[in-house]
Amino acid sequence: MIWNEDFETLPREAIEALQFKRLKQTLDRVYATVPFYQQSFKKAGITPADIRSLSDLQKLPFTLKQDMRDNYPYGLFAVPLDQIVRIHASSGTTGKPTVVGYTKRDIDTWSELMARSFAAAGASHGDVIHNSYGYGLFTGGLGAHYGAERLGASVIPMSGGNTKKQIMIMQDFGSTVITCTPSYSLYLAEALTEEGVDVNDLKLRVGILGAEPWSEAMRTEIEAKLGIKAIDIYGLSEIMGPGVGIECIEAQNGLHIWEDHFIPEIINPETGEVLPHGEKGELVITTITKEGIPMIRYRTRDITRILPEPCICGRTHVRLERLSGRSDDMLIIRGVNVFPSQIESVLVKIKGVEPHYMLIVDREGTLDTLEVQVEVNEQTFSDEIKVLQDLSSMIRKEIKDLLGITCNVRLVEPKTIARSEGKAQRVIDRRPK
Amino acid sequence: MATNTLKMGIATPSVNVLITSFYHSILGETMKVEQISIFIENKSGRLAEVTQALGDSGINIRALSLADTSDFGILRLIVDKTDQAKQSLKERGFTVNKTEVVAVEVPDCPAGLAGILKVLDAGNVNVEYMYAFVERCGGNAVIIFRFDDPEAAIKVLTENNIHVLEGERVYGM
Repeated sequence: MIWNEDFETLPREAIEALQFKRLKQTLDRVYATVPFYQQSFKKAGITPADIRSLSDLQKLPFTLKQDMRDNYPYGLFAVPLDQIVRIHASSGTTGKPTVVGYTKRDIDTWSELMARSFAAAGASHGDVIHNSYGYGLFTGGLGAHYGAERLGASVIPMSGGNTKKQIMIMQDFGSTVITCTPSYSLYLAEALTEEGVDVNDLKLRVGILGAEPWSEAMRTEIEAKLGIKAIDIYGLSEIMGPGVGIECIEAQNGLHIWEDHFIPEIINPETGEVLPHGEKGELVITTITKEGIPMIRYRTRDITRILPEPCICGRTHVRLERLSGRSDDMLIIRGVNVFPSQIESVLVKIKGVEPHYMLIVDREGTLDTLEVQVEVNEQTFSDEIKVLQDLSSMIRKEIKDLLGITCNVRLVEPKTIARSEGKAQRVIDRRPK
Repeated sequence: MATNTLKMGIATPSVNVLITSFYHSILGETMKVEQISIFIENKSGRLAEVTQALGDSGINIRALSLADTSDFGILRLIVDKTDQAKQSLKERGFTVNKTEVVAVEVPDCPAGLAGILKVLDAGNVNVEYMYAFVERCGGNAVIIFRFDDPEAAIKVLTENNIHVLEGERVYGM
């Protein structure tokens, strides 16, 4: 179902006209209210008046995650704090977190876009939405919650953790839609098997999964194990939170980005040059309706491409190809670019192998080493050494075939690789910086 | 008529096959010994945890062998209560498999084992691995064999008058 037919199916020219109008308003506002933008525009020798068409957007300087850190906590806010009704922050793995603020209208827009996203994923007011995204500073929990309420569905604010209880609630309350990270959905599938729960006895039919990159192979696995349609959702707190883009259930091919609120661009991450539609690069997003903390040409570090072709669902907003990873998740191992999601796609294709893995990158002398830790389970375990060694060498070979790098595969005991209830931590890089 | 004859023609040998395989399966089931194998990462204390878990559940180890690589090991055990052992290890998060092995009495004298291996070789039976049992049976040693085809192995051994110990007997030794 299309939640907001008027806006979601706007003709291209109308989308662009609306984008330009809203962009101009945003630029005028940030230039007047955010010293950071005023300075960065001046440094680039440009004023909002120089932006005379949508394509002039590329004249503007980028905004980086570092700029948010430099202006911690409230420096990029475009309104006084008394107009901010909500504050979220990203989990800063290094240094300070990045802080974002929402006005009343921002929360309203976010709820609207999340409601659109739920509808695109096939959910409706009749659904019981089991929200396992964490509630708190992380945008996942509250973002999905408000959208589900806007949709008119019955929301169960589960948050993450306590999987046994989640299963009980899922059975007793008749959850039909689950929102969580893809890795948690697999963990849940595992826990269901352990508890002896048959997924066919659950009412679950759709999973709206995001907050970390995942592969098509992993989707197949999740759909089979949980008996659901698994829908990819995209978002990041710097731009809004979950619901920036979502796959439609009709195509499950590319994520519609809500173009009446965001302008996506793809750039060459090395040169900053804007790439034409269809080419792969780093996603850059400009928010055009946000009041609390507008973002001009924010570099998401996410790698994707724009798919401009019309979609069978009828929505006219362009799609982003399934995100293959963040440029800062990308590992360079012996000069080869490696995304953890590529390793994952190899593992899920091997029968019996769990998609829980850990990559340990280290350096011996001048040579980078990669160790892939994979859990053994009852399906892959054998009392014969050679069977397990064959398994390791098959994984090693598949990875070598895909990436061209040799790795060491270490089989580890089941459940020893941490299961995340939020974003999965897949990499330990021990190389000296 | 022609169809009937054809049916008859097939039926006669297939009854024989059935009887033979029935006999073999009875023979196989009582003659085979259940072994549990446990995946163990090479880190300190894991072996102690396995044996402690078994001890806590009142399970006695009858025979064991540890095969290891640089990263992991496989501990193979014959215990007095197989299913209970498997359950208690699984509850503690270990990956456990059950496989069937064969316990063979081996004369405790020079070339005692060689004679048995020769018989197996002549019978085209492949040994995956083997290890010695702690207890003796009369004056003989007992060796645990893992064959790729245990039924065929038992057949070859018994036909050559080599004594294969019954599972129940081994668990209680």
